[in-house]
Amino acid sequence: MLTTDVVVVGGGSAGLAAAIESSKAGAEVLLIDENARPGGQLFKQIHKFFGSRRHYAGIRGFEIGRRLLEEAHKNEVEIKLNTIIFGILGNKIGIVEDKTHAKWLKAKTIIFSCGASEKLISFPGWTLPGVMGAGAAQTIINLHRVLPGSRFLMIGSGNVGLVVSYQILQAGAEVVAIIEALPKIGGYGIHASKIRRAGVQIAVSHTIKEAYGKDKVEAVTIGALDKNMNLVPGSEKRFKVDVICLAVGLKPNIELPLMAGCETMFLANLGGQVPIHDENMETTVEGIYVAGDCAGIEEVSTAIESGRLAGIAVAEKLGYLTKNEAYDVKVNLREVLDELRGGPFGMQRKYAKQQLIRRAAHLKGV
Amino acid sequence: MEKGLETTGIPSMEELEKTPGFPSSKRLMEGPVAVIECLQEIPCDPCETACPLGAIEVGKPITNLPELDEDKCTGCGICIPLCPGLAIFVIDYTYSEDEALVTFPYEFLPLPEEDSLVNATDRSGRPLTKGRIVKVLARKQFDRTVVVSIAVLKKYAQRVRGIVLNRGKGE
Ligand SMILES: Cc1cc2nc3c(=O)[nH]c(=O)nc-3n(C[C@H](O)[C@H](O)[C@H](O)COP(=O)(O)OP(=O)(O)OC[C@H]3O[C@@H](n4cnc5c(N)ncnc54)[C@H](O)[C@@H]3O)c2cc1C
Ligand code: SF4
Ligand code: SF4
Repeated sequence: MLTTDVVVVGGGSAGLAAAIESSKAGAEVLLIDENARPGGQLFKQIHKFFGSRRHYAGIRGFEIGRRLLEEAHKNEVEIKLNTIIFGILGNKIGIVEDKTHAKWLKAKTIIFSCGASEKLISFPGWTLPGVMGAGAAQTIINLHRVLPGSRFLMIGSGNVGLVVSYQILQAGAEVVAIIEALPKIGGYGIHASKIRRAGVQIAVSHTIKEAYGKDKVEAVTIGALDKNMNLVPGSEKRFKVDVICLAVGLKPNIELPLMAGCETMFLANLGGQVPIHDENMETTVEGIYVAGDCAGIEEVSTAIESGRLAGIAVAEKLGYLTKNEAYDVKVNLREVLDELRGGPFGMQRKYAKQQLIRRAAHLKGV
Repeated sequence: MEKGLETTGIPSMEELEKTPGFPSSKRLMEGPVAVIECLQEIPCDPCETACPLGAIEVGKPITNLPELDEDKCTGCGICIPLCPGLAIFVIDYTYSEDEALVTFPYEFLPLPEEDSLVNATDRSGRPLTKGRIVKVLARKQFDRTVVVSIAVLKKYAQRVRGIVLNRGKGE
């Protein structure tokens, strides 16, 4: 059985960045992704990304993906596409190639950069066709170029809800409203403002009560919420929609890390259960690392930097970088990450990340 | 309902006037100038290098609010399509006797036509007044963000921030 130095699970921004760094240092790297092309989230993002210039801000998502991929090719990262990782057994990785052939690979180290999944909420009518995740709607529209409806209701005002609403408008459909259960808009003001300028309402302290329709969604009732999150009687409004998009948050894909024996911890500000990792992105299992949204829901810039950090740490562990060589780079990457996690939005994530690292130190007995 | 960016998505005038990206009324009267409506400390900084004259500063940490040096800014509008938040506008109160020119980023098709009369909208997308499209600037380096200039009566300049989306009504 083939033993690779590093297997990177998931080829989004974090996985690509990690693979590039390990490979640059001299490690033999195999990056695996289930999709036909790497890039993860990036390939369906047609908007210009906010963020730091160092991390390609101002550039449209798919273009960031293209650039990272080019760098990965230049650095001789081996990329295996259309390949699903279905299980981990010690240092063995179970994969299904081309959706048909199952086999096992062996790796000295593994980096999990398998991203996140959409959270869902349930309500009467939620199983009707036409109720879908906002990310799913985005894939259907931007990748497959099909509009799943003409009148959308968006549930959730985080950045995903705001950005996907904007893209639905760009695709030519209508967004009847964005509703948000909390009394405040969750995403960035810049995204909220641009969707408001395009004429879409954002109703905070509102929730969905029921979706109606015979074979698919035809109408919806929403209502106002009071301070205790109870529906205000008589506040219900019913209107026609044919798609209801759920943008109620993302959660890290932790199934594979769990199979590998990594311990997790619940941190609401990072999306739920998150693999515990130290300042090198190493989990509680030696030789297994995490990066990007899989290590807590954040942004592309942090996904890239955490990927780099994991890539460097792995190269060090395998002896491709000396302690001294790795040290400066790692310190620098941690400083950048710290800076990115500033401001009122980032602080909570910074604090949650510190909790993870403290927990890892405690478990590892450092 | 409460006012302001956090609850409505629309920055109030008080909020805007407090941000370092908002030019003084004196400067606004003197000619074209950028109006940066970016009010929250988020990790973002492309505007800083977008301006060839160095009139926008974010500095360190990256979560700082962009600060406009209103004396350096000439209102050229180069920063408009380069801000991923579509948060920068240029206002020219000296455009004509009674009109001001409002320049904003636009990412919808079809594009408005130059010289056409359209409904100019405020920050909530509501039609506010009629305006004349003066310029529609699409450049390759703008990467599909088009820069549109509209002439409106001066009294509306500080409220007009876009136009009614021009599209056939869906069924
Ligand atoms: C609508 C939307 C808008 C956004 N806008 C911005 C923005 O403007 N600026 C910003 O900074 N961030 C933005 N983000 C966030 C950003 O996209 C993510 O934080 C970032 O892409 C995470 O990268 P990642 O590499 O961790 O995960 P992903 O990009 O999700 O990559 C994970 C990859 O792993 C693969 N994978 C998972 N499991 C397996 C398996 N078992 N076998 C094989 N492959 C697997 C997946 O298919 C995927 O390709 C946005 C996100 C969304 C959803
Ligand atoms: S309008 Fe021109 S001069 Fe003013 S900040 Fe923008 S790019 Fe700089
Ligand atoms: S580029 Fe735009 S969104 Fe980003 S900090 Fe500058 S003004 Fe704000």
